Order: sequence, then C-alpha cells, then structure tokens
Amino acid sequence: KNHHRGRSSGINAEYGETRLKSVKNIRKITSSMKMVSAAKYARAERALKPARVYGTGAESLYTKNEFESGEDKLILAISSDRGLCGGVHSGLGKAIKAAHAEKPITKTIIVGDKAKAILQRTMGDTFLATFNNVGKKPASFTDAINVAEEVLSHEADTVDIVYNKFINVVSYDSTTKPIPGVASIEANDAIYNYDEVDSEVLKCYQEFTLANIVYHSIREQECSEQSARMNAMENATRNAGEMIDKLTLAYNRTRQAVITRELIEIISGANALE
Amino acid sequence: MAFRTIAVRTAALCRRAMATEAGSTFPLTFSSPTSALFNEAAVKQVDIPSTTGHFGILPNHVPTIAILLPGVVSITTEAGDIQKFFVSSGTATIHADSTVQILAEEICDVADIDGNAARAALEASKSKLASASSEADKAAAQIEVDVYEGMVAVA
Repeated sequence: KNHHRGRSSGINAEYGETRLKSVKNIRKITSSMKMVSAAKYARAERALKPARVYGTGAESLYTKNEFESGEDKLILAISSDRGLCGGVHSGLGKAIKAAHAEKPITKTIIVGDKAKAILQRTMGDTFLATFNNVGKKPASFTDAINVAEEVLSHEADTVDIVYNKFINVVSYDSTTKPIPGVASIEANDAIYNYDEVDSEVLKCYQEFTLANIVYHSIREQECSEQSARMNAMENATRNAGEMIDKLTLAYNRTRQAVITRELIEIISGANALE
Repeated sequence: MAFRTIAVRTAALCRRAMATEAGSTFPLTFSSPTSALFNEAAVKQVDIPSTTGHFGILPNHVPTIAILLPGVVSITTEAGDIQKFFVSSGTATIHADSTVQILAEEICDVADIDGNAARAALEASKSKLASASSEADKAAAQIEVDVYEGMVAVA
C-alpha cells in the first residue's frame, strides 16, 4: 500500500488541501484589499474636510434663498467603476429607480460604470452621457468641471445630484441635492435682492457653482465608497478566517480517519497471515 | 417725564448697539477645493478683485454676486492683521444675513509667490498669446497672461 502521508488522494476533495489552500489565498487577498482601502479611506476623509467647506459655501445661494425647482429634471448620478464596496452602488441605484417609479425621469447623466450597469436595463434610454475611468484615483477639480460642462450642455429646469453622503466610517446614505437651473433662478424675484446681477454674471456664477457642488458630491461619494470597501473586505477576511478554521478541523479529522483505516487494514492483514 | 427718560435711554442703547454692529465682524468662508482657509470665521473686512471692479466688503454690505478676477484677496482679521492671498479665479457671494463666501479655484499665499518664476512665466505666456491662432487658444493664452500679470504685480 502507498503511504499517503495525509495528501489529497483518497480524501474527499471537499475537505481536501486544495480547498483549504484556496480559502487561505482568498483571505490574503481580502486582507490586503482591506489595508489598501483603509489607506485610501484615510486620504479621502482628509480631502473631504475642505471639500465640505467649499461645497457648503457654493450652495449657500440655494440654501439661503427659496428658488423653486422646475419640472424638467436632469439626474446626475455619482458612482464609480469599482465594486466590492458593500451597498454603495446598489443603494444609489435603488434611490434613483424609486424616484423614477414615482415620477418618470427623462434625462440622466451617469458618472461611473457601476451605476450605468445597474440602471441600464430600466433607464438606459434616459442616458444623455456617461463617464468612466472613475474611482482609480481621487477626483480632481478638473474632473468636476468636465462633468459640470456636460450637465450644462443640456436643457433642464433642475439638476438633481444623487450621491452617497458620508456620515461616518460605518455609515453613509444616498442623498439627492437639487440645483435650480439659470432659467429657474432668473424667473425668481429673490435673485434680484443681490446687487450686480445680470445674465452674464449669473451664467458664469452658475457654471462655477455647479462645478463646485459636483466636486463636493464626488468627494462625499469617494469617502463613502472607501469606508464601505474597507468594511466589506474586513468582513470577508473574517469570514475567510472562520472558514479556514472549520476546514482545517474537518481536514484533520478526515486525515486521521484515513490513517486509522489504513492501520486497521495493516493490522488485520497481519493477523490474517498468522 | 418717566417715559421721556426711558425713551431717551432706550434710544441711546439702540444707537450704541448699532454702532457696535457696524464696527463688528462678519462670517467669512474663503476656500478652494483642496483647502478651506476661513470657515465662517469672523473677519472685519475683505477686499476682492472682481469683474465689476476691486471692492471692499464690510459688515452689512449689500447682498452681491461677483465673479473674481486673478488678483489679491486681502482679509483683515478680527485681531486686526491683514492677510493677502492670490486667487486664480472664482466667485464671491454676499448674503443678506451678512455671511460672505469667497470660493476660488486656486489660492496661494502672496508670500509664496516666486517673483522670478512669475515674470518668466509671464514672458512665455505673452509670446504664446502672440502666436495663438484659434479663438480658443487666444482666450486660453489671454487667461494665462492675466494670471501671471496679477502675480507679478504682487510678487
């Protein structure tokens, strides 16, 4: 008889060494992904602080005055290309689909392949533009300008920016921020309380302000995403660890059972010869 | 007679309160996308370069919307000292509640500007403007010239 020395032949593959090896590899991968996300999250959180001051300042015109949002809405969805971040993208998709069910949306601009994939089937015909190559590096202000330019190239009374607002390291929430368009603002008396307002100034102001608010929203999204990915990888690593413990026990039991069986065969064989 | 005394006294108190109002501060938010220098901080005065001219902002300024030109934003803090920053572009908003938001794409401390580098860059951008052909190129080159001219002026 061959001496098996606890190798995989003769042992049911399910409790075998191969499965144990593969789960150990998975744990290595999720553990390193966790550490990478943790570093990216720390950076994203630091960048979010000034971005919040900047974004809050930018939207002050809309928060301190009542501008009515028009009926003709354009949805700007902020996500990214990368997954493995818990419910970040699906939560956004759910919020947009719910809004669409309540009142049909006709115009969308999507930032990030994940949201595009989620909304493609039910709302693909509303896509005016999509952006990808999002999520590998933190967004720059230029990225925000490019998105804002695209948004402004389409007619709309209101732009609803939908993104994940960062709450803390274990929680975020999908949020919708309505931005009234230039026509809506000009139609509203409140704007004329401000001195020096003419069409040219207002248009310039709106363009810059929209870019600012888009920039802020992208930063919130990044922070939510990195923290969610960090947590997802932490969970995956812990689950892999538990699985490794269970598999190791089962593997050892099976190995011992095989050795015992072989010993019995040898001994009874020896007895039969006597 | 009692009424008159009370009325006079209350009027005096009001005047004193109003005087303090005018001499007091207002909350300023002065920020770029990457760095928030003032976040609703109390300041006494801010001077900004805008497309409608260079003007100063004091408490209770009339609500205003302005577009910034490349130039110097000068802030007089509550303590009384003056801080100067060069901004590339942006917007300024003054609300009825006296809060002010000055948002600029790029902000740098005037002290950090290297005069020689700015002068060299200005020369380069001027020749770029001279050789620019399309409208878009001319506009971009003109922006560069404006920014560097502004920097050279304060370096």
